[in-house]
Amino acid sequence: MNTTVANTVPTAPTDFYCVQEPPAHNGTLVGFWIYLMSDCFIFASLFVSYAVLGTNYAGGPTGAEILDLNGLAVSTALLLVSSVVFGFAMLAMQKRNKGAMLGWLAVAGILAAVFLSLEVREFLHMIAEGAGPDRSAFLSAFFTLVGTHGLHVTVGCLWLIVLMVQLARFGINDANVRRLQCLSMFWHFLDLIWVGVFSYVYLVGVLL
Amino acid sequence: MPNRSEIWNFLFGRLTLDSFPFLHNNLEGYIVLAVFIPVCLGGIALLAAITKYKKWGYLWHEWFTSVDHKKLGIMYMILATVMLLRGFSDAIMMRSQQAISFGPNTGYLPPEHYDQIFTAHGSIMIFFVGMAYIVGLMNYIMPLQIGSRDVAFPFLNNLSFWFTFWGAITFMISLFVGKFSTAGWLGYPPISELTHSPGVGVDYYIWGLQLSGIGTLLTGINFVVTIIKMRAPGMSLMKMPMFSWTTLVTSGLIIVTFPILTATLLLLSVDRYLGMHFFTAAMGGNLMLYINLIWVWGHPEVYILVLPLFGVFSEIVPVFSRKPLFGYASMVYASVAIMVLSYLVWLHHFFTMGSGSAVNSFFSLTTMIISIPTGAKIFNWLFTMYKGRVEMTVPMLWTMGFLFTFTIGGMTGVMLSVAPADFLLHNSLFLIAHFHNVIIGGVVFGIFAGVNFWFPKAFGYKLDEFWGKLSFWGWQIGFWVAFGPLYVLGLMGVTRRKSHFDDMSLQIWFIIAAIGSAIIAFGILAFIIQLVISYKRRKEYAVGNDPWDARTLEWATSSPPPAYNFAFVPNVRERDAWMDMKENGYKRPLTGFNPIHMPKNTASGLVITTLCFLCTFALTWLIWWLAVVSFVGVIVASIHHTFNYHREEHIPADEVHESENDPDNWALENQSVSA
Repeated sequence: MNTTVANTVPTAPTDFYCVQEPPAHNGTLVGFWIYLMSDCFIFASLFVSYAVLGTNYAGGPTGAEILDLNGLAVSTALLLVSSVVFGFAMLAMQKRNKGAMLGWLAVAGILAAVFLSLEVREFLHMIAEGAGPDRSAFLSAFFTLVGTHGLHVTVGCLWLIVLMVQLARFGINDANVRRLQCLSMFWHFLDLIWVGVFSYVYLVGVLL
Repeated sequence: MPNRSEIWNFLFGRLTLDSFPFLHNNLEGYIVLAVFIPVCLGGIALLAAITKYKKWGYLWHEWFTSVDHKKLGIMYMILATVMLLRGFSDAIMMRSQQAISFGPNTGYLPPEHYDQIFTAHGSIMIFFVGMAYIVGLMNYIMPLQIGSRDVAFPFLNNLSFWFTFWGAITFMISLFVGKFSTAGWLGYPPISELTHSPGVGVDYYIWGLQLSGIGTLLTGINFVVTIIKMRAPGMSLMKMPMFSWTTLVTSGLIIVTFPILTATLLLLSVDRYLGMHFFTAAMGGNLMLYINLIWVWGHPEVYILVLPLFGVFSEIVPVFSRKPLFGYASMVYASVAIMVLSYLVWLHHFFTMGSGSAVNSFFSLTTMIISIPTGAKIFNWLFTMYKGRVEMTVPMLWTMGFLFTFTIGGMTGVMLSVAPADFLLHNSLFLIAHFHNVIIGGVVFGIFAGVNFWFPKAFGYKLDEFWGKLSFWGWQIGFWVAFGPLYVLGLMGVTRRKSHFDDMSLQIWFIIAAIGSAIIAFGILAFIIQLVISYKRRKEYAVGNDPWDARTLEWATSSPPPAYNFAFVPNVRERDAWMDMKENGYKRPLTGFNPIHMPKNTASGLVITTLCFLCTFALTWLIWWLAVVSFVGVIVASIHHTFNYHREEHIPADEVHESENDPDNWALENQSVSA
């Protein structure tokens, strides 16, 4: 080793390096947001497929014949209210009010679960009537788009349950706050996708 | 009482003894057997050697569970090299088949087998050679270049690697268990639909790509967040090294395109598994929808492959010209322009769809326009060399080969972008010659340039120059001998993917092409010899932190770098930060270290992805119980991972002090070997 270097005591802090470790930037929230944007592209592909295939009935039922707008109004209301309730949970979290937070989260989860059960019922009903996903390209695109959204909601519910257990056990710590913020983004994102689904698939589908 | 075959079907789905091609008593069976036996013997020998030398613990703790971006980078490079050998074997088989299969001679590969080979060749070379190499390079170099300690999500990085690994394993298993897809590297319907491909081939293809695609998407997110959040203080975006810039651009492209691949393959699989009608010929399906969607991913994908290598050349040329990069800002804007434009050209892959002259003109023009930023880059590299003291090292040699080869490939690309010309050249060997011209000339040459350039950083010794040069000339000459004839044949109208020809007058061109592939084989062999010889002479070839007298931050730390990368986080003042430090009296600090936070190793990535692989294997063979069990396993393992709240550990200041004062790490400090 070069002895002159070894004997040099690093005197005044040079500006070539940081003498103190710079504060760490946590990238989880921006990373999760980017993930959601990539998920958006999955939905974009499914919307595009629906746009291309949405009127290919192949002699089977059309949207106007099978889509139920009354049920849609109920399930949309459930999902949107669930998003608002999730917002209340976030407010409670910010006040570090664990009981209220868990309560609101439970309500949000139950609303989403009811939404899912309505969707499953609608799917089963359609399949029983011979309007399953293998009937026509229109129905394939319909089931895949709506079902992928439903699958996301299912994952959201599972995540919510796990996170509620973790919040109850480990409290509102930094990691859990971060996770809840991610789940909150996910929850609202699915709402946004649903707005696309009901306006483009259901409302337009009934008109066509 | 269920009978025996019902029990068998329950346990093994459609997997039977007949599924193993090497047990078949025919030519294909013997060919597969001839591969299977050495692979088995080699595999057993490798496992025995690891056991004998008690290396399992080392591999587990230091590599498999590691979240260190440098180790993951090296694992990607190893995976890619192994897959290169596999993909190249396919190429040799195709070239030799086409050279002999004329007139009465049908060659040694039946069409069914030949189709599997070209499908495997294409998808392996893109997903498990090209992608694995560039992700490996970006993983290793980018965090060092931006002065960071690791990537933003180290666990995710490990998870991504194992996803890619199991994707590659899925492809490899199809060699010995069942068959691979015969539908070409993009799996076009209707041939990839259940009616035409009822076997497991397309399912292997779908699941292999899904696994590796998810891995790549997570990597893209990881790299973007790393670059946004973790650059060293002072490094504004316009002071970032070019390779990191192209990593950012490529990762951005990954994020906006790989989800489309995931969705498209998902639609194909619901067609196959659930009887849906997205791309079927009947019941309202539309196969052109698949072809549009897959190319909306597929065209940006080729820019995802080549952009990081543009970054590699942008690092190599200034170092060996002893000048700063010419036109840095225009390089950045050109990269971003390519990123945006690459999203607007996909339809040029099927001008023949019949979308009309207005649509074709649009995509024709965008395709021509994209050659402008690319051309700007070429001129920037040339102007960097102009009046520089150019040193013809091995990385520079590859760069020169790139400039020559890639430029010609780019020009044939502009020829193809003219829609009326494309109607004649579509699906011809001219197209094959063109994309090999840009992918070998751009991506492969760039990878070898990068490997030769950064190998000393990763291992502390440089690669042998003599064998490096032989490898280069093998590839460079071999490429033109192999693909020059394909340009000629393509202009004569010969189409791709044929295992037999009747016109004997064409044979001579295929024989020349086969000779070319043998010369490339020599180039690959020389590369392996280069690695082996360099390893043997590693004492003699040992280098310090900065063997090339280079310009960017990765050369400021020791070779190989410590786990924490930099004892003190650099404070960046100039664009070429390390050159600035060298020129303005930087002295490496030897005392006063702080403890450093580092992420802990974890086995979760390997566990979760292994279960994912089992699930997809079960879905391929319709083994429903295993699919359900492993799927539940994936969920349980993922939830289990989230209960781990202690993911960081400290490296004590003493340890940092010891490492920074260790003469082994710093014996050849700042000694340059070039010139």
